[in-house]
Amino acid sequence: MSHQAKQYTSSDSGAGHGTITTYATGFVLSVIFTLLAYWAVVNKIFERRELIAVIVGLAFAQLMVQLLFFLHLGRESKPRWNLTVFFFMVMVVCIVIIGSLWIMSNLDYHMMPQQMNEYMLQQNMKGF
Amino acid sequence: MSNTATPTTHLPHDTTAKAAFGFWVYLMTDLVLFATLFATYAVLRNNTASGPAGKDIFDMPYVLVETMLLLTSSFVAGLAMLAVYKKQKNLVLALLVVTFLLGAGFLGMELYEFNHLVQEGHSWRISAFLSAFFTLVGTHGLHILSGLTWLAVLMGQVIRKGITMHTTRRLMLFSLFWHFLDIVWIFIFTIVYLMGVA
Repeated sequence: MSHQAKQYTSSDSGAGHGTITTYATGFVLSVIFTLLAYWAVVNKIFERRELIAVIVGLAFAQLMVQLLFFLHLGRESKPRWNLTVFFFMVMVVCIVIIGSLWIMSNLDYHMMPQQMNEYMLQQNMKGF
Repeated sequence: MSNTATPTTHLPHDTTAKAAFGFWVYLMTDLVLFATLFATYAVLRNNTASGPAGKDIFDMPYVLVETMLLLTSSFVAGLAMLAVYKKQKNLVLALLVVTFLLGAGFLGMELYEFNHLVQEGHSWRISAFLSAFFTLVGTHGLHILSGLTWLAVLMGQVIRKGITMHTTRRLMLFSLFWHFLDIVWIFIFTIVYLMGVA
C-alpha cells in the first residue's frame, strides 16, 4: 500500500485525502450501482429471492466504493486504528442484526403457530 | 506517509489526527445505533396489522430522486474538501452552498413524504411496520438536519475566519459525517424501499 499512499500528498489527519479522480470514480460507480438496483427492482428482472440477493450485493458493492473513494478507509498511516475500530463495529453490527433476526424468527416459530395467527385475525375481524 | 511531519508542525497534526480518530469512533457508535434500528425494522417489517405494506405506500421514482440528491451532496462535500486543501476559499464556499442545498432538498422531500403518508392515514400509529419505518428513516433525517445546521455554522466560520487550521479540521470532520450519512442511506434505500417493493 505504501507506494500507492505516496500519491496522496497531505496527511494531516492520519488519513489519506483522495483526488478529484477518486471522488469522481466513487460518485460514478455509486450512481451506476444505485440505478442498477432500482432498475432491477422496478422491472422485476428476477424472482423475489434472487432479486433481494442482487440488490443487497449492489448495496455492499456501493458501501465498499464509498468507504474506499469517499472515506479513504485503509489509506491512513500505520497503525490503522480507524480500520481496527471499523472492523470491530462491523462485527457488532452483524451480531445485532443477525442475532435479532435469528432470535425473533425462532420466537415466531415457537410461539405463534398458524392456527393462533388465524384465530387472532378472526378476532380482529369481529372487532375484538 | 507516516511520521513525515517536522517537529514544528507535529503538535497541530497530532491534534487533528486525534480529532479525526475520535470522530471516527463516534461515527462507528452511531453505526451501531442505526444497526439496532435496522434490526428492529427487519424484525417488524411484516407486522403490518392489516395496514398497508411497503409496496402499497412507497413512491419509488420519488425515493430515487431523494437518493440521488443525497449522493450528489456527499460527492460535492468531497469536492469541497479538495478545495479546502488547496485553500481556495470562494470555491469552498460555493461547493458548501451546493452541498447544503442538495442536503436541504433531500430533507425537504423526506418531510414531504412523511407528511403525505400521515395525511393518507399511514402514520406510525397504524402498525409495528410503520412505527419501525418512521423511527429508522426519521432518525436518519434528524442526523441530516443536524448535519445541515453544522454545515451552516461552518460556512459562517469560513466566511469570517477563512480556511485556517481549525476550520479545515472542522470541515474534514463534517465531510466524514456527511459521507457516513450517505452510506447509511444506501442501506435504507435498499432494505426499506427496494426490498419493500421487490
